[in-house]
Amino acid sequence: MLAALLLFAAVMGVILFFASRVRGKRADNWVGYLYLLPVVLLLAVGLVYPGLRTVYESFFDAQGSSFIGVDNYKTILTDKDQLQVLGNTIIWVLLVPPFATGIGLIYAILVDKSRFESLAKALVFLPMAISMVAAGVIWKFVYEYRVDQPNVKQIGLLNQIFVWLGGKPVNLLITDGGVWHLNTLLLIVVFIWIQCGFAMTILSAAIKAIPDEIIEAARLDGVNPWSMFFKITLPSVRTTIVVVLTTLAIGTLKVFDVVRTMTGGNFKTSVIANEFYSQLIRADNQGLAAALAVVLFILVIPIIVYNIRQVRQEA
Amino acid sequence: MMTATPLATTPELKAVPESPAARAKKRLSSPWASLAAIVIAILWTLPTFGLLLSSFRPELAIKRTGWWTFFTNPEVTLDNYRAVFDSDTGVNLGTYFVNSLIICIPSVLIPLALASLAAYAFAWINFRGKNILFVAVFALQIVPLQVTLIPLLTLFVKAGISGTFWPLWLAHSTFALPLAIYLLHNFIKEIPATLIEAARVDGAGHVSIFFKVMLPLLTPALAAFGIFQFLWVWNDLLVALVFAGGGDTVAPITLQLANLTGTRGTAWHLLSSGTFVSIIVPVTVFLLLQRYFVRGLLAGSVKG
Repeated sequence: MLAALLLFAAVMGVILFFASRVRGKRADNWVGYLYLLPVVLLLAVGLVYPGLRTVYESFFDAQGSSFIGVDNYKTILTDKDQLQVLGNTIIWVLLVPPFATGIGLIYAILVDKSRFESLAKALVFLPMAISMVAAGVIWKFVYEYRVDQPNVKQIGLLNQIFVWLGGKPVNLLITDGGVWHLNTLLLIVVFIWIQCGFAMTILSAAIKAIPDEIIEAARLDGVNPWSMFFKITLPSVRTTIVVVLTTLAIGTLKVFDVVRTMTGGNFKTSVIANEFYSQLIRADNQGLAAALAVVLFILVIPIIVYNIRQVRQEA
Repeated sequence: MMTATPLATTPELKAVPESPAARAKKRLSSPWASLAAIVIAILWTLPTFGLLLSSFRPELAIKRTGWWTFFTNPEVTLDNYRAVFDSDTGVNLGTYFVNSLIICIPSVLIPLALASLAAYAFAWINFRGKNILFVAVFALQIVPLQVTLIPLLTLFVKAGISGTFWPLWLAHSTFALPLAIYLLHNFIKEIPATLIEAARVDGAGHVSIFFKVMLPLLTPALAAFGIFQFLWVWNDLLVALVFAGGGDTVAPITLQLANLTGTRGTAWHLLSSGTFVSIIVPVTVFLLLQRYFVRGLLAGSVKG
C-alpha cells in the first residue's frame, strides 16, 4: 500500500512541479492539460477502451476467438434460461423503485418534525451503510428454513411466524412458486430494505425544503392530512421523486451482490448483472457475458436520459 | 394557496405562533401515523437485531432454537467472534479485514486527489477543448462497471499485476473519477471568482491557488465524497470477485463473507459474527460522519 501511495504522490509531485514552472501566453492551456492528464489516462484505459472492447467482444464466441455476429444477443432473447433472467430483471426494476420510494416517502413524512426524527431516520438509513453481502446474510437468516419434523424448531423468523400462525414452514429461497416467483420477491424485499433509506433521506430533504408559508397557509385553511399530502407535498417533491425513482432503477438493474449471496442466481432467481458474472467466471462464456454487459448498458441509458430531461425541464 | 392569502395575514393568527412542540404534537396526533412509523422502524431493525443477538449465542443454541428464545433462556458467549478470527476454523477474518483496509485507503485518496485537480482545471482554468472534455467525463458516469471488467481483467493479466492489490486500486480509483469530478466541479464552481482573482493579483499561480485557496474550501465536499467512496469500496463485492477472486492474499472481507455463505451456508455461528465484523467499520464511519455522508448523498442524487 505504501508503495502505491508513494508512487502516486510522486506522480502528483511531478505534475504540480511542471504546472508551477509553466509561464507565458499559453500557460493556462498547459496547466489545464497537466491537471487532467492522469484522469484522462485512467479513464481512457479504464473505462473507454474496455467499454468499446466489450461491445466488440460481445460478437464473439465463448473463448473470444471466432466471430459469431449477433448470436449472443439472440441467445439472450430466445434461450429459456436467459429469458428467465430478463424477466426477473424486469420484475426487479418494476418493483424496487416504486416500493422503496413509496415507503421512503411515507416514512419521511411520518417522522418529519417528530421528537425522535434523527433516531427514526438512522434506523431506516443504516442498511445503506452495510454491504449487500452483509444484508444478504442478515435476510438469509430471516428466511432460514428447517425441515418440518416434530423435534426440529425453526430458527428463521419468517418461517417461525408461519408456524405460529398455524402454517407449515416453507423452504423460502428455493421455492419459486410458479407465476408468483416467491424467491425472487423475497430477494426484492431485501433490496428494498437496503435502498429505502436512500429514498427517505433525499425525499426528507425535499420535504423540508417546501416553504413553511405554504404549509402554514394550507393548515390555516383547514386542509386535512390527505389533501396536504396530495395537493402540497407530492407536487412540491415531484422532481425529487423522479430523480430517486430513476437512480434506484439504475441501481436495481446493476444488482448483483444480493442475488449472488442469497441464492447464487439458482432456483430461477438470476438477474442480468448476476448472470454476467456467472457466464464470465462459472460458465466461462466470455462472449455471452460481454453481450449481457452491453444489454445492461443499453437498459441503463434511457433511464438516465429521462432523468436528465426531467431535471433540466424543472431547472 | 390562493384562498389562504387573506387568512395568512389575519393578525390574531399571526400573533400566537405555535410552539414547535405543539406543532409536532399536532402532526403526530394521529395514532395510526405513529403506529405506521413504528411498524416500519421495527421491520427495518428486526432482521439485523436478530442476527446480532445470534452472534452472541452459543453455536448449538443458534442452530437449534430461534434467536427470540434468548429472552426466555439467555446464554451469551464470545466464542463465535473468536472462531472467525481463529486460523483453525479456516475463516481467518482478520487477514481479510486488513486486506479491506489496504484496498480502501489508496482507493479513496487517489481518486479524491486526481478529481480535485481535474475539477479545479474544469472550473477555473481556460484551456482549449475544455467543454468537450468535461461533457465526455460527465457522460462516462453512465458506463456500468460490468462493461469494463472483461477487458480490464485481460489488461491486468498482460501487465503482470493480477493477483496483487494493483488491479483493485486502479479499478476503484478509475470508476470513482467521473462522479467525483462532476460533484467537486459543481462545488468549486460556486466559489466566488473574486477570491481567485485576488490571489491572481497577488501573483499566485494555479498550483498555489489550488493548495491555498481551493483545498481548504473544498474540505467538506472532499469529506462527503471520501466517505461515500470509502463505504462503496469497503462494501464492494463485484470488483473484488473479478480481480481478487483467485487469490486469498488480496481478497477483502466481503469476498470471504460471500464465500462463507456459499461453503458454510448453515454455519450460522460463523456467518453471524463474521457479518458483524464486516459491518463494524462502515457503520462506525456512518454513525460518526453521518452529516457528511448525507451531504454527499444529497449532492450525488441530482446527477445524470
